[in-house]
Amino acid sequence: MATEHAEQALTPTSYITEHLTFNAKPIGDGGFWMLNYDSLVMSVLLGVLVMGLIWWVARGATAGVPSKGQAFVELVFGFVDEQVKNIFHGNRHSFIAPTALTVFLWVLAMNAMDFLPVDVMHHFVYAPLGLEHWRSVPTSDINTTFALALAVWILMIFFSIKVKGLGGWIHELFCAPFGAPSFAVPKSLFGAFGTLLSPLLFVANFAFNLIEYISKPLSHSLRLFGNMYAGEVIFLLIGLWAATGVTGTIFGAILGAGWSIFHILIVALQAFIFMMLTVVYLAMAHESH
Amino acid sequence: MNINFTLIAQAIAFAVLIWFTVKFVWPPLLSAIETRQKEIADGLAAAQEGRSALEVAAKKSEITLNEAKQKASEIIGQAEKRGSQIVEDAKGTAKIEGERIIASAKAEIDQEVNRAKEGLRSQVSALAIAGAEKILRKEINASAHSEMLSKLAAEL
Repeated sequence: MATEHAEQALTPTSYITEHLTFNAKPIGDGGFWMLNYDSLVMSVLLGVLVMGLIWWVARGATAGVPSKGQAFVELVFGFVDEQVKNIFHGNRHSFIAPTALTVFLWVLAMNAMDFLPVDVMHHFVYAPLGLEHWRSVPTSDINTTFALALAVWILMIFFSIKVKGLGGWIHELFCAPFGAPSFAVPKSLFGAFGTLLSPLLFVANFAFNLIEYISKPLSHSLRLFGNMYAGEVIFLLIGLWAATGVTGTIFGAILGAGWSIFHILIVALQAFIFMMLTVVYLAMAHESH
Repeated sequence: MNINFTLIAQAIAFAVLIWFTVKFVWPPLLSAIETRQKEIADGLAAAQEGRSALEVAAKKSEITLNEAKQKASEIIGQAEKRGSQIVEDAKGTAKIEGERIIASAKAEIDQEVNRAKEGLRSQVSALAIAGAEKILRKEINASAHSEMLSKLAAEL
């Protein structure tokens, strides 16, 4: 699938760099004020396409005998709803279940862009449209996955405060998971020692919670990003081999097909894991310790 | 691969998608599925109800059938009884009638016999008178002895 590149005298480094560079457009001064418009355009396009399709089916949803399209959408709906039901025991229909559906379908669609053969897309779709270095997979952009994880993280804190109140949330930050220090009058010398040291529990609890709050969005986003990025890199390496000659092309095609098939599993699994973690984090925010 | 403004743009896109799903996608699907679930549950309950009603009806019909059978056999028994009674009655009536006919026939026969006897008696007396008259033409006055003669005739 990458044979077209054999004609252009590209080095492996430049080939990979070309395929892994985003179309960053500066919108201000400084390194942060750049916009990877290829991942933004692709993700918004896919989001509108997928959720629009579901919405189009949902709008005409009937309680009677469903059409094939509605039956399929209901299958996905039931799958997501079942997962959420097992994890979250509040009113899931008002927010968490629809959020899980959005996350699952959107991430699945973005991951699935990995199946598009990179060089074929470049030469026959993006180049004619005047788009150079166009990247198809928004989830192999750390910005996308981190944006999703960060949004979930904000929702997590929002629900935590909403359910327990601001005081409750702060109390939990300092008094869980190791418990609150006791300020009872000590009965012995050893007890007095314990009382003197017990404010250290505040520090331990807060440090623990801080690590948890930092690690959650990082692991959430990096897991998805790492899987999709690695998948893309393997496709590129196979493409490099395919550019070396007839033998390379044959083996490259076979390996590329094999990796694509295996990648179906990763694409679906990572979308599922991302959704499950979203639900788990939001459900945990509803629980008091 | 560095963090840049794409992060914020994607987060906004995500928020909009979530809002859209919460507002427009999830509720119609949920209501359609829940309505169907309710309809199916209702249907199953109705089927169960129908089945038990059918059972009750079957039991009822069996009872009614048995009652009807019993009644029918009772009626047949009564009819047979009545039929035999009618036959018995008819037999009795016929017997009485036959006896009556026989009795009247006997009476008639007796009457005929009596009438014949009467006739014969009168003829015999007439003959006796006529014989006696021939014998005693001269000495006996018919009118003087008629009383004795008629007494004689009655004795015959």
